[in-house]
Amino acid sequence: MTRLAGSISMLAVMTVLGMGSALADTADKKIALSNNYAGNSWRQAMLRSWDKVTKPAVTAGIVAAADPFTTAENQVTEQAAQIQNLVLQGYNAIVLNAASPDALNGAVKEACDAGVIVVSFDGIVTEPCAWRIAVDFKQMGKDEVLYLKDKLPKGGNILEIRGLAGVFVDDAISKGIHEAVAENPQFKIVGSVHGDWDQAKAQAAVAGILPSLPNDIVGVVTQGGDGYGAAQAFKAAGRTTPIIIMGNRQDELAWWKEQKDANGYETMSASIAPGVSTLAFWVAQQILDGKDVPKDLTVPFLRVDQATLDKSLETTEKGGVANVEYSAEDAQKVVDAAKK
Amino acid sequence: MNGSVLSARTLRNLLPALSLLVLLAAIFYLQPRAISYVGFNLMLNLAIPIAFATIAQMCVITVNDLDLSIGTYVGFVACIGATLLSGGIGALPFIKDLQASGALPATLPWIMNTPLAGVLVLLMGIGVYALLGALIHLRNLPSIVVTLGMSFVWLGLSVLVLPVPGGQAPGWIKSLMTLKTPFIPFPIIAAVVIAVAAHILIMKTSYGAVLRGAGGNPKAIERAGWSLLKVKMAMFALAGFFGMLAGLSLVGLTTSGDANIALRYTLLSIAGVILGGGEFVGGRISPIGAVIGAATLTLAGSFLSFMRIPPDWQIGAQGAILIIVLALRTLIDRAEKRR
Repeated sequence: MTRLAGSISMLAVMTVLGMGSALADTADKKIALSNNYAGNSWRQAMLRSWDKVTKPAVTAGIVAAADPFTTAENQVTEQAAQIQNLVLQGYNAIVLNAASPDALNGAVKEACDAGVIVVSFDGIVTEPCAWRIAVDFKQMGKDEVLYLKDKLPKGGNILEIRGLAGVFVDDAISKGIHEAVAENPQFKIVGSVHGDWDQAKAQAAVAGILPSLPNDIVGVVTQGGDGYGAAQAFKAAGRTTPIIIMGNRQDELAWWKEQKDANGYETMSASIAPGVSTLAFWVAQQILDGKDVPKDLTVPFLRVDQATLDKSLETTEKGGVANVEYSAEDAQKVVDAAKK
Repeated sequence: MNGSVLSARTLRNLLPALSLLVLLAAIFYLQPRAISYVGFNLMLNLAIPIAFATIAQMCVITVNDLDLSIGTYVGFVACIGATLLSGGIGALPFIKDLQASGALPATLPWIMNTPLAGVLVLLMGIGVYALLGALIHLRNLPSIVVTLGMSFVWLGLSVLVLPVPGGQAPGWIKSLMTLKTPFIPFPIIAAVVIAVAAHILIMKTSYGAVLRGAGGNPKAIERAGWSLLKVKMAMFALAGFFGMLAGLSLVGLTTSGDANIALRYTLLSIAGVILGGGEFVGGRISPIGAVIGAATLTLAGSFLSFMRIPPDWQIGAQGAILIIVLALRTLIDRAEKRR
């Protein structure tokens, strides 16, 4: 009897130990963040999110270290050297926001050959041995039109504000918008301007094109950072404000809230959250844990709706961007979605 | 008395090597695993292009000039290497766009795919450098202004060739740069070969003495019947040649090109020459020292990152290392004079 009890308790101990080791498989692993630039509010928020999520993870013993490194200058050769140094410092995984999609491939390959896991996000690399966490910008553009379709089933004329010409993000969002418009012919894009993701530039561009546009513009599709400027341009021209899609910047959300309180204005807002760095962290941790993770992952963009507006605005600081940090479970969901 | 003079001079000659050794010892102390075959490969492979760029800069400094365009020139060569040299004219992005839109057939004739186009453009680059030397000599222009202007020309050309980062380095350069040599890591072998070749070329040949003399005492060289124009053109062409090697070795390491890839090389190459014992005037240079200087600068970056110095301070710390070495040299110089 005692022997049975003993073996049962032995079994229990072994199970607990087994579970413990499953949790702590990455306890001795070190993860580094290699970042090429820290000079704008988005990147600052990204680094703050990294600290906020990884410090408790290190304290809890999930990983041994999670140190952020930013190159002093936004230069490819410097980041390549940084990656090589991180390999030598014995990091098991490098989470990478790359200065160039192609020119770091040599350094990334060397890291992979040394057995280091490389997970790139936002600024992704094309080297096949690395993991990529990309945003489906095309879907973001599509969603904007689908939202308008929901609100305005009859359709109408819409104005498109684009980002910085020649950047692939601008291309992808715009493609999504145009595809969705082609599928929903009740909408018609009557004008398209480049606002460079900047309030002042967007305001000037919209003010310039407005006089040539018909009076019945029902919606403005944007790329983020340009919604507030568009609203100001419409106001200055004395036109009724259409549904302007916002891009998660604090001033955009504040304007939206003001309008909502005054006249029940409704719209939506979407952009990539700087906290995507924390998603990359968890993905790297899962790969180190031995999980099977597909090489190409898609991160959901952060969407603010009428119901979540107040809360998002509260947590977004002045001049900042609405943000969200990801948990290990979120990372698991993203991985599962990619496997399907 | 005589002995102390000798030791001051040998000390100055040994200073670059000594600073390199001190740095290596510090790195070994901080990160023992870096001092290994793999470690040296990783730490020093980006020193090869910097060493070439430093030798190129040294050639220009020999004749009392300064090249502020070497960084963008190296970037230009990298862009050519990733496009024309690997797939001929057909590898240029705008040709590919034309193909995609149907303006050009999908399969291009031989002449459009031959890497000879890349060889030709690179040779033209060296030619441009020789012409710059001639221009600076004939019109007596300040080289800083001419090369500063050229730096924008090279950058513009690189952006024309490769509007967005991309392209593919030729396979043979890639496999050469990632060569796994037995026992001694490839970057160390390459550095020794570069140093010895440059040393023989500039310090041991008789025309090398003329080249250096043109920096030390141009009048004497001219009176002796040598053409200063030819000397300047030769030195600038050599700079273009070594700059080309820098760009090709860099693109072999990064595997693809980017117009902004080597902007820092301008300052790094000047610092490397000075750190290696060269001086701005007088034809006083040291090719072996220059290569050691390039290696020191590269290792200084690794050292600072192993020290966990925040990146905002790293540039300053790199500058501090440079100033310490220069201060030591001045001290030795003063001791030499005081004899």
